[in-house]
Amino acid sequence: MNAPEQKLTFKDFASDQEVRWCPGCGDYAILKTIQKLMPEFDTPKENTVFISGIGCSSRFPYYMNTYGFHTIHGRAPSVATGVKLANPDLDVWVVTGDGDGLSIGGNHMLHVLRRNVDLQLLLFNNETYGLTKGQYSPTSRVGTRSPSTPDGSLDMPLRPCTFAIGAGARFVARSIDTEAKHLAPVLRRAHEHVGASFVEIYQNCPVYNDGIFEYIKDKKTATETRLLLEHGKPLIFGQDNEKGIRLNAQELKLEVVHIDQDGVSEADLVVHDETNKVLAQMLAELKSPEFPEPIGVLYCNPASAYHADVYEQRDAIRLKKGPADLNALLRSGHNWTVN
Amino acid sequence: MSVVEDMSNVESQANVVQHVVVRFAGDSGDGMQLTGNNFTQATAIYGNDLSTYPDFPAEIRAPIGSTFGVSAFQICFGSEDVTTAGDQVDVLVAMNPAALITNLKDLVVGGLVIVDSDTFTDRNLTRAGYKSNPLEDGALDAYRLLAIDITKQVVEVVKPHGLSHKFAVRCKNMWTLGLTMWLFDRSRDAAIQGLRTKFAHLPEIAEANVEALNAGHTYGETAELPTGIEVYKVPPADVAPGLYRNTTGTEAMAYGLIAGGQLAELPIVFASYPITPASGLLHTLSTQKQFDVVTFQAEDEIAAVCTALGASFAGSLGVTSSSGPGISLKGEAISLACATELPLIVINTQRGGPSTGLPTKTEQSDLNQALFGRHADTSLPVISASTPSDCFDVAIEAVRIATKFRTPVLILSDGYIANASQPWRVPDFNDYESFPVKFEEEPTGFSPANRDPETLARVWAKPGTKGLEHRIGGIEKSFETGDISYDPDNHQKMTDVRKAKIDGIAKYIPQQDVVIGRGSGKLAVVGWGSTYGAIYQGVKRCREEGLDVSHIQVRHLWPLPSNLGDLLSKFDSILVPEMNTGQFVEVIRSRFLIDAQRINKVSGQPFKIKEIEEAIKAQLESLK
Repeated sequence: MNAPEQKLTFKDFASDQEVRWCPGCGDYAILKTIQKLMPEFDTPKENTVFISGIGCSSRFPYYMNTYGFHTIHGRAPSVATGVKLANPDLDVWVVTGDGDGLSIGGNHMLHVLRRNVDLQLLLFNNETYGLTKGQYSPTSRVGTRSPSTPDGSLDMPLRPCTFAIGAGARFVARSIDTEAKHLAPVLRRAHEHVGASFVEIYQNCPVYNDGIFEYIKDKKTATETRLLLEHGKPLIFGQDNEKGIRLNAQELKLEVVHIDQDGVSEADLVVHDETNKVLAQMLAELKSPEFPEPIGVLYCNPASAYHADVYEQRDAIRLKKGPADLNALLRSGHNWTVN
Repeated sequence: MSVVEDMSNVESQANVVQHVVVRFAGDSGDGMQLTGNNFTQATAIYGNDLSTYPDFPAEIRAPIGSTFGVSAFQICFGSEDVTTAGDQVDVLVAMNPAALITNLKDLVVGGLVIVDSDTFTDRNLTRAGYKSNPLEDGALDAYRLLAIDITKQVVEVVKPHGLSHKFAVRCKNMWTLGLTMWLFDRSRDAAIQGLRTKFAHLPEIAEANVEALNAGHTYGETAELPTGIEVYKVPPADVAPGLYRNTTGTEAMAYGLIAGGQLAELPIVFASYPITPASGLLHTLSTQKQFDVVTFQAEDEIAAVCTALGASFAGSLGVTSSSGPGISLKGEAISLACATELPLIVINTQRGGPSTGLPTKTEQSDLNQALFGRHADTSLPVISASTPSDCFDVAIEAVRIATKFRTPVLILSDGYIANASQPWRVPDFNDYESFPVKFEEEPTGFSPANRDPETLARVWAKPGTKGLEHRIGGIEKSFETGDISYDPDNHQKMTDVRKAKIDGIAKYIPQQDVVIGRGSGKLAVVGWGSTYGAIYQGVKRCREEGLDVSHIQVRHLWPLPSNLGDLLSKFDSILVPEMNTGQFVEVIRSRFLIDAQRINKVSGQPFKIKEIEEAIKAQLESLK
């Protein structure tokens, strides 16, 4: 790709549209982080495309001064697949939410991940349907009271990262809306990764689900509730880094241990390996309050991207078949002449 | 007098007949479609005009000997123009009792029935529903019966090839084909060549089949067959000179899409999801990767149309295809294409409905869906294919309209057209006029809301173009700027503009013509889609009897040709045959306030010529 002629700034990526999210919405912070991040990339601005479905998060493309397509509910991964197939040079971002991406669009999310279409898929998880006024979503915790579940929701929530790894995603990460210092590097990694990059972003909805992620965002509790992942580093957390995650091999599960207690040393802890799918799946399942919740890159194990395989197969066929000639095709097979 | 009676008449000139209808029927695993296709190929090479009708069950391999598992292939061929697969069967090849009992009703009295007597066992007779053996009880007295122990003959013939009994029996269809080829003086060369190619990796099987084919032919030559069963001549048809091939609607549609893409100078992204009877298009295009075509089997119908639309946004031509139930699922995305004013081709190969309905049978009942079956005011062009080869030009026309007007275009085909084959005078692609798409590239004055003042087509600026970064989407947009707008007057204006753009397409499509007959008179039979063949023959025969009737075939169903109303008003009466309960007739009635009459059929089978003839006569009678 060509390098941009002049250095762009975040302002170049802000469209002239008035941003219409509710005051205090986590989406503002994510938008700002992404607008600031974009100039870092080599991608020419005109090659950047944001595609979304329906929901609060899906208004995102309107605020980015790039190419954008606000499509229909749940179908952004499919539209994005078409964009990437048509023009593999484009840098395509999909912005979706927990309802859009995992409920009505769950099927497309599953398949875009297993196909490894080269996209960045950002799932803003606020555990509610904001735009339709607060119904519970497929990621809402059991017992969530909402207009459609006044007595509390009954069904088990889905864990987005578990879903993504299960679907065959080769890059799965998690971050937090207002924490630009964590979110920006995670998005940078997602962008670097060729193939489907899935990023769950904990996002606060101040109107319908305010404070649900406070346990992990609040500085006072964060040291106990978040597990910062770093490839090659042991899984350590706690106010004084005094706790860690160990593999209980007998029961095949992760457990919280205290370093220097009961004979546990740092050497006993699990060392994060982004390429280990089994570990990634176990990490994705950890949830508060029993466990700290992992943030960072859970899994990164690149494989060839779908569009590359499509065009490679096609090029091989073209090489074998020679130049395409429609008149020859029309005259192929059995034909006969009437005089 | 039936054709076969005619054939058997020693007074007739050396067994020459004008046209013949042959039907091959057997178990769905008996290879009847392959037999039919081989016979079709030989007939085409011989020079007859022809039309075929493959009629098979939805079950892939139904229980052996069951009536619901019978698969049939019908071909009408002749020395005059042939536009349907024929009303009544002259020669029925029935590979077992189930095939006989389900197909005999279509055999003309005096017609020839060829059966494999080895399959008429008690067990098979009972399974087919026969109380006694029709080969012995006189049930076939009205026909000319040729009962041959085909199974035994075949097993004997292929013995030297060391095939197991199971594989030996599978060569029965080729033996039968050989006999039928003898009967109509067809060359076996292409079939033999085809078998050797098909079974190139299994030479024993190939040679066994060839042997069976030849043996069937030899049987005809040498066996002492009943009087009257001998070689018949169906002279080559007098058709326009040129190079011909056979084509199914599926093939012609696939080639037409490739052609359309080339004429528009656009790559094609074809995204589809398997559904009968539309899947063939995905299969065919998947073998043409040397052209600028990317094919994509999506996870569902919605993903397919959305992928196609995404491709159009990115500057390719997005195409998706399905049958009725799948089109229902695509509806929301088609409306998005209307809202964002991007080109998109949607092909509906219609089948019997509602719901799963009759997946392998034909119907025209998705017209209302095509015209009106989406949320909101989403008018879009709808065009229909009338014959298998017509699909080529219809596909090109759809691409022309979609790209010129930046709109989704819906093509209506159906199961009959998709699977039936007919000889096609191969066009020279160089004769087609190109219509290259011009993408917007100039940043000065650019707005995604810009329109061509004449066509009202919205500007198409593809991602990757510097300085034209913009957003589109399903929320209503300002007519002036393309930004989100909830303004009441703007919505009125945008709705009006979208409608005006589609209505205006009428200025850019051909005027409605008359297929046969005059531009005025007592009765016009108005058809669309695959009823073409039966209407054409029905009207032709009535005119030969001196009746004042014309045939009008409408390709552009929306918007309608601008002269259609005037043309129809010049007839005293209008008759609209449709394979639905009356959908286009309602369009004509409401658009033109004309008291159009209807004849409808929804049996999953195409119209017979006779049904059209009778309807014409009844209609003319009622005018007296």
